[in-house]
Amino acid sequence: MTGRRGMEVSLAVAEAARLCRVEVVAAYPITPQTHIVEHLSELVANGDLDANFITVESEHSALSACVGAAAAGARTFTSSSSQGLELMHEVLFIASGLRLPIVLVGANRALSAPLNIWNDHSDVMATRDTGWIMLFCTNGQEAIDTVIMAYRIAEDRRVLIPVMVNIDGFTLTHVVEPVEFPAQDAVDAFLPPYNPAYTLHPDKPVTMGAYGIPEIYTECKFAQEVAMNKSKDVVIEIMDAFGRHFGRSYKPVETYLTEDAEIVFVALGAINETIMTAIDELRSDGKKAGLINLRLYRPFPAEELLVALEGKKRVAIVERVMPGGAVNSPLYHEITSLAYRSGIGVLIKNYVIALGGRDALQSDFHNIFRDIQAAGMTDTRIQKGLNFAMIGVRE
Amino acid sequence: MAKKVDEIKWHELNIGGVIDEPGNAREYLTGDWRSQRPVWNESRCIKCGICWMVCPDMAIYQKADGYFVANYDYSKGCGICAKECPTGAITMVEEGR
Repeated sequence: MTGRRGMEVSLAVAEAARLCRVEVVAAYPITPQTHIVEHLSELVANGDLDANFITVESEHSALSACVGAAAAGARTFTSSSSQGLELMHEVLFIASGLRLPIVLVGANRALSAPLNIWNDHSDVMATRDTGWIMLFCTNGQEAIDTVIMAYRIAEDRRVLIPVMVNIDGFTLTHVVEPVEFPAQDAVDAFLPPYNPAYTLHPDKPVTMGAYGIPEIYTECKFAQEVAMNKSKDVVIEIMDAFGRHFGRSYKPVETYLTEDAEIVFVALGAINETIMTAIDELRSDGKKAGLINLRLYRPFPAEELLVALEGKKRVAIVERVMPGGAVNSPLYHEITSLAYRSGIGVLIKNYVIALGGRDALQSDFHNIFRDIQAAGMTDTRIQKGLNFAMIGVRE
Repeated sequence: MAKKVDEIKWHELNIGGVIDEPGNAREYLTGDWRSQRPVWNESRCIKCGICWMVCPDMAIYQKADGYFVANYDYSKGCGICAKECPTGAITMVEEGR
């Protein structure tokens, strides 16, 4: 399977899960995640993947089955999208609270209503504080590599936290891209079999998910938060190890032409490829633009972001989710908080774009560049009415 | 984890709050949830053991003389024993009386 080939990213993600030798798959099909699950079902049915494929009646059951399987010590995979991810919502907290290293591929999609099957980040942003490690991918190769890294991160004894690998619905899931698969023995060498800290087994009975009375609940949640916080160093370590092993390096915070940039975009996911193309065009016009691509969103890579933001004057936070009654969209709040507390006098503007599958065009980023270039510090003061710029809305 | 639940520090917990010592629910005294207590009238008790059998908290035990009594550290006062007793030997009495 080695060598570069063209493949739909959904199928590539399923193949990556096969390379990870997942033992249990429980998932319910939903657009645009369907091809991932279909292909895994096919791999299991054809005997190409020695796993239990649990067919379920809902996403709530899918993740619940994964919780049970992971508790029993199996390497477990699931995938969902949009309404399905929201139906999993309460179980997301259970998986992370029980510290079960499930890997979930989120095919990011808008939420109803109105019903919309296309891409944005409404679904993942609604689950951002569920205690999962969250990684974002910008292309198909990253999706493959990130699934492989995700298992090693999740199953590390210092971590034991489920990982959500986010790939954009349609713009990644349904696109045929040139991808390269590592050889099975190379993946096996990188990703040893899962060795759980505790399992549900009659030979050594344990209780998982016990009642946490007020006298102990705080300690449980604090221990979980500390583990989440410490996991960042392990994520970095494993990304480095991946680079040494497979020759493709990843960082939690990736930068593109930021060194001399006067204006820096910050975004999550595949939209970063469009932004990089726009930056190339802007640069050819002599406009100094750069990009900060957040690969790791939870735990939030605050220190790494601060390094990337050092000396920057204007920052455009580009998000694909509505604030939902907050003053701004989520990433904007987190980055402005970071800047304020670190005393960085940077002008940061909030742009919401490409909701429900609306295309984000290179020209949109030219417009954002112009807009933020003309902005003064007073423009970002809290004002009556909306405090973010909605790109592309008909007025 | 021989410590009492309100003495355990966050870093002393097992990963995921896993409990690997059986039977520690015993440390959790649920008797203070009770607003009514079951009281046995031994002159009506036929020692059938139905109360012992139906108690959802296993908080009823048999004394050496064969009659039954509740462990008030754990009896939540749900009243199932009183409801199920075929001879009406168990009465639920308001706490504090």
